[in-house]
Amino acid sequence: MNAEPTSASSEEPATGETALSETASTGTSTVRSRRRRNRTVARLRLAARYLVLTALAVVIFFPIYITVVNSLLQPEQIAARPPTLFPTDPDWSSYSTAWSQGHLGRYLMNSFVVTVLIVAGQVVTSVLAAYAFAFLDFPFRRTLFVFFLATMMIPFEVTFFTNQATIVSLGWYDSYLALTVPFLATGFGAFLIRQSFLALPPQLRDAAELDGAGHWRFLTRVAVPLARPGIAALALFSFFGAFNQYLWPLIVTRDERLRTVQIGLKYLRGSQIDQINVTFAGTILAALPLFVLLIVFQKQLVRGLTAGAVKG
Amino acid sequence: MARADVAAERSASRATSSGSVTLSGVTRRFGDMVAVDGLDIDVADGEFLVLLGPSGCGKSTALRMIAGLDVPDEGTVAIGGVDVTDVLASDRDVAMVFQSYALYPHMTVRRNIEFPLRNRKVPRADRDSAVAEASRMLGLDDLLDRRPSQLSGGQRQRVALARAVVRQPAVFLMDEPLSNLDAKLRVQTRAELIELQRRLAVTTIYVTHDQVEAMTMGHRIAVMVAGVLQQVGPPGEVYDKPANVFVAGFIGNPPMNLLTASVPSSAVGKSDDVDPAALMVGPDRVMVPAALARAAVDATETEVVVGVRPENVRLATDEGLPVTVTLIESLGHERHLVCATADGQSVIVRVDPSVPQPHPGDPLCLAWNPEDVHLFSGADGRRLAP
Repeated sequence: MNAEPTSASSEEPATGETALSETASTGTSTVRSRRRRNRTVARLRLAARYLVLTALAVVIFFPIYITVVNSLLQPEQIAARPPTLFPTDPDWSSYSTAWSQGHLGRYLMNSFVVTVLIVAGQVVTSVLAAYAFAFLDFPFRRTLFVFFLATMMIPFEVTFFTNQATIVSLGWYDSYLALTVPFLATGFGAFLIRQSFLALPPQLRDAAELDGAGHWRFLTRVAVPLARPGIAALALFSFFGAFNQYLWPLIVTRDERLRTVQIGLKYLRGSQIDQINVTFAGTILAALPLFVLLIVFQKQLVRGLTAGAVKG
Repeated sequence: MARADVAAERSASRATSSGSVTLSGVTRRFGDMVAVDGLDIDVADGEFLVLLGPSGCGKSTALRMIAGLDVPDEGTVAIGGVDVTDVLASDRDVAMVFQSYALYPHMTVRRNIEFPLRNRKVPRADRDSAVAEASRMLGLDDLLDRRPSQLSGGQRQRVALARAVVRQPAVFLMDEPLSNLDAKLRVQTRAELIELQRRLAVTTIYVTHDQVEAMTMGHRIAVMVAGVLQQVGPPGEVYDKPANVFVAGFIGNPPMNLLTASVPSSAVGKSDDVDPAALMVGPDRVMVPAALARAAVDATETEVVVGVRPENVRLATDEGLPVTVTLIESLGHERHLVCATADGQSVIVRVDPSVPQPHPGDPLCLAWNPEDVHLFSGADGRRLAP
């Protein structure tokens, strides 16, 4: 191994510098090619990631797309095989039928009333409970908070029939009270807002106390305005949950005038307007408010999902 | 005590001692840890007292107890001669400036300043004039509509001060308010704070771990360590006559040289026949005034601590304590020679950079004037003499 450089130097004694610069340029080209290879790998990885994401997006969006398409077709076109994926002659009348004859307007209004009451109730009770757990010192605070959290572990179905029996015994069957009261407080909400409150610098509470702000003023003037993102996230979650309810409204109401939009959709299928395209149109109408909310408040939703992930 | 009762009592005592603060035997424990241990301090009306100590010495806890944000386990807090130990923070007539400023980030500067007045339901006209006065005093007129996030550190600090000033409280409490500012701004704001306190003549208790702030700002300094008050006195007195080894080593930059010296057992207790050169630092004799040597032997201790400030040590040619130079630190306007005695104790000498300098490894002799020597007990660190 030692012989090679020796013979090379004896053969070309004057070209040592050239050899050195050649070695250097070889080194540079190696670095360059390695960089190029790394860049290609990175690009391929990115392409693969986008491919997977695109496939997932198609899986998620296809049912929504097909619902929109079917709402614009005649029932016989929907039943036809192969299915129509691009309506050439869209028929928008299904929407007006769902709205007027299917009473979707009324059902949507009911859903809004119920949802707004539940959202308002959850926000108020969660903020108050969260304040107590975050800022007040009282016996068994931690234990009580664990109990609060434990309610999140119990599926709604477990308490379903007991709650229904309670509603009936209270004489609230077939009323807005039945639709709203069981959902006015939630352990999740208290948890979410408590996290937001705990993220506030403790000196703010001290400063407010010295500035003469009692608990109520600190809550309304300082804590709530600063915890707005968390509160918005809770409001959104609770809106989606309340608006999408199906089973509970079904078992505590009989009066058609109290029915919410999700039941209204089912009603569309069972009524004399037994046209599948109208049901599809109704589904789109019922989902539209949620779409709008999702698009407008996307950031808050994500923030709400990650709340407590870092600090807690 | 009800808010009205406190207010009535406070206004009755206002004529004589409205802003005086008295802590009597105040103790605060957190589990097994004693954060503040039997603290006794009297702060006169209009006085600027600096609570000085290292991190975790209990000074901020003491301030929080004066503010009413924390409750002592033992002892009482009185403001203006009225016991306020069990009175809510909002009813104590004190305002506090926090290290982090604790401004309300969603409110404008104006809303921040007037927040305490709104809470106390001060009529709008009075509120406006008070805010105008406070903002003019602190140079915030042009910033009233901005939010804290749009302000620099110094401006935020002034807003925090304005929020305290606007209430015209009996006592200002300040918890390291300058520590978040850069060095240049800190010097400037320090001067402004001193000026403001002198102008308003409101009792101020200022917590800091920065001895320069303590020396320059306070009428008196209270030095704390491990929850215990070590010494209270005017800055000059604390500097010139530190009550113990801790205060001696904490005040001054570079700190006082503290050399452990042994008292020959033959000399202990024999002050009538004292030898001024009786104390030994390692194998070397150290000269102290006869009175100090007497105090040392009188204390019947075999070990004492001799303290000399770096600026009082001079380089001698032949006589003095022999040392070796280990390090030279140049600060531009002065140099610090770090030296080691024969038994390895460190001595810092502050020297003028214009005179010929020794080099690391050079042997030197250090001398000082007898009146510049401090003597402390080797057992508990308390000052023995002079």
